[in-house]
Amino acid sequence: MTIQFNDETFRGAYTFKNSEWALKRFPFPFHEDSYMYSVNMEQHKGGPAGSIYEKRFDVDEHYLSEMRDRAEVLKEDPLRCQSLPNMTLAGWDLLELIMVSKSEDYPDMFELQRKGDKWRWINKPMGIDDSFTFLDEATLPFGPMEYITRQTQGDFVVLDQRDENLWMDAGMVTTQADWSLDFDIGMNFFEWHAPVPKAHEMGIFVRALKFLLNVQQGAPARRLNWTMTVNPLLDTSPENYHKWGTQKRTITANNIGEKQHLRVELQTFFRLPRSNALVFPIRCYLASFDDLMTVPKWGRRLHRVIRDLPEELATYKGFIDNRPMMLDYLSKFDDGKPTSNGIWPDRETEPLRD
Amino acid sequence: MSGSEKINVKVSKIVLLNDLVTRFEFKRIDGELFPTFSGGAHTIVEMKDGGITRRNPYSLMSDPMDQHSYAISVRRDDEGRGGSLFMHNNVKVSDDMVLSYPVNLFSLDLRAKKHLMIAGGIGITPFMAQIKQLDRSHGNWELHYSARSPSLSAYADDLVSMHPNDVHMYYDSENKSIDLENLLDGQPLGTHLYICGPKGMIDWAVGQAVNLGWPNEVIHYEEFLAPKPGKPFQVMLSASNKLVSVGETESLLEAIEREGVDAPYLCRGGACGQCETVVIEAEGEFIHMDHWLEDKEKLSRKKIMPCVSRFDGKTLVLDR
Repeated sequence: MTIQFNDETFRGAYTFKNSEWALKRFPFPFHEDSYMYSVNMEQHKGGPAGSIYEKRFDVDEHYLSEMRDRAEVLKEDPLRCQSLPNMTLAGWDLLELIMVSKSEDYPDMFELQRKGDKWRWINKPMGIDDSFTFLDEATLPFGPMEYITRQTQGDFVVLDQRDENLWMDAGMVTTQADWSLDFDIGMNFFEWHAPVPKAHEMGIFVRALKFLLNVQQGAPARRLNWTMTVNPLLDTSPENYHKWGTQKRTITANNIGEKQHLRVELQTFFRLPRSNALVFPIRCYLASFDDLMTVPKWGRRLHRVIRDLPEELATYKGFIDNRPMMLDYLSKFDDGKPTSNGIWPDRETEPLRD
Repeated sequence: MSGSEKINVKVSKIVLLNDLVTRFEFKRIDGELFPTFSGGAHTIVEMKDGGITRRNPYSLMSDPMDQHSYAISVRRDDEGRGGSLFMHNNVKVSDDMVLSYPVNLFSLDLRAKKHLMIAGGIGITPFMAQIKQLDRSHGNWELHYSARSPSLSAYADDLVSMHPNDVHMYYDSENKSIDLENLLDGQPLGTHLYICGPKGMIDWAVGQAVNLGWPNEVIHYEEFLAPKPGKPFQVMLSASNKLVSVGETESLLEAIEREGVDAPYLCRGGACGQCETVVIEAEGEFIHMDHWLEDKEKLSRKKIMPCVSRFDGKTLVLDR
């Protein structure tokens, strides 16, 4: 196997860490020195070799540990995975999409054998070898969506499309940036986005919905989103806010570089063929400030973005109180030199920091 | 790129169903499997008709689970612009053609406790795929299918023999029509209504359902407007700085494409909204044919759907 999987935790002792490989491919979300919302969609059709964009469902060194974390979350709170009765076919769609994609993109790790509706799925990293009948729920240990998303990094929201809107009628959500599937289930696109500041006035959601309703089979789309998380926590859910919210107060000038993480979501959108539903995978990548600062361009840019971010956004993203401390830390890595366009590290072209 | 992803296919079989309707079956040239689709989806068929490329939408009517071939049924329209005539007269077995990936603007609402289907004529085609999809998931459905005469009712015999209790036929030649008011009145809560057929039938059925208090959310219909031929006219494309003549039997969208201007589209039938185009200047009459723009948008003279709509007048300048 080509990937060396980490043995790490996203809770307790927080032994999560990024290797040099993982950091180099980290999806730094700012393509310029400032940030504002936009419908920043592009086609999800591969990307630079080795980048998180290359495969349809990226597998990285955190895979096994993330799946362990998901299983623990589900054990404590089964409502993190829900599927309304109309979404079973979409669940099979998702299972098929992931199994086909992973077995084609990572043949050394995943194998799918199909003879009519008799399927055999081999997930070598997780030690799974299951045979089942496609479209027969009784032959799987979980519903189809739960079965496959217990084996796939990232949250999954499955949206039914009807009445010119999208409806959050199913999902597996355990690595979320402070929102709740159990709260949002059954809501439409405008309802679940209601708490987001500014974007409504900017007409972002009307345009985004129009785009999403037209995502076609065979033409998936993607975008990046971001927020801040103290400690490498995957499960920053409202249900557990009492556990992680208080950790935001543990930041000090001494530990901020290690504890403060930039949390980036690779959001992708696939039309599901059999159900005409839309699946919205939200894959979370974490990197500590200390790690990010090893890339001169990212150090300069992150300082400028955080410094100039409108107050409503810093509040919505939950770091308004810690922003002064972040800026104290980040300003040391910003020498005022120019940065190149785009999100990649550009170690060769960026000026070294003094 | 405009439209959706493309699939190169060969015509594998042509079946004459009756005087008007012919079924075309396709296999992939690369030997791969076709994408699965949801019942109600259509594909855009590209036809190389002399110098012009026609792109017509047709409902996929094969089994959505069958990834080895796709099938469409085409009704010959002798008064149309020539797409269906081209299919009937020019397309032969083993011809190479190009299909788009499936797009569904008429999908089943899988929350429905019951799916009540009303088909008129060639409007039967999307239901063929939906019925196969529902049968696999033990869905509850019922079809009321109206046609001119038994000899012009494509697939009626198959449907009736396979589903004697769920398929109800109505023939104009026998003076039988769907008693919609009674039919709707007796439906259980949670029933969704699906209508596909000519415009008059859709308006009638939707109107009846609305009058009986059925909510819009449970009424679904699909009407593919074939772009109608019309008087030739000229259009100025402002962004690409081109003056284009639109011929009698081509659509505005086809004329724009012929000039090498890449314009967005999806359904090419006035339904999806993708090709909506801003009008910069217009002196003359719009012939709006779509059912995408709201009436007040049509009156505003600021937007046009070039896939089906036309123009009659001196000046038309589009932001394209």
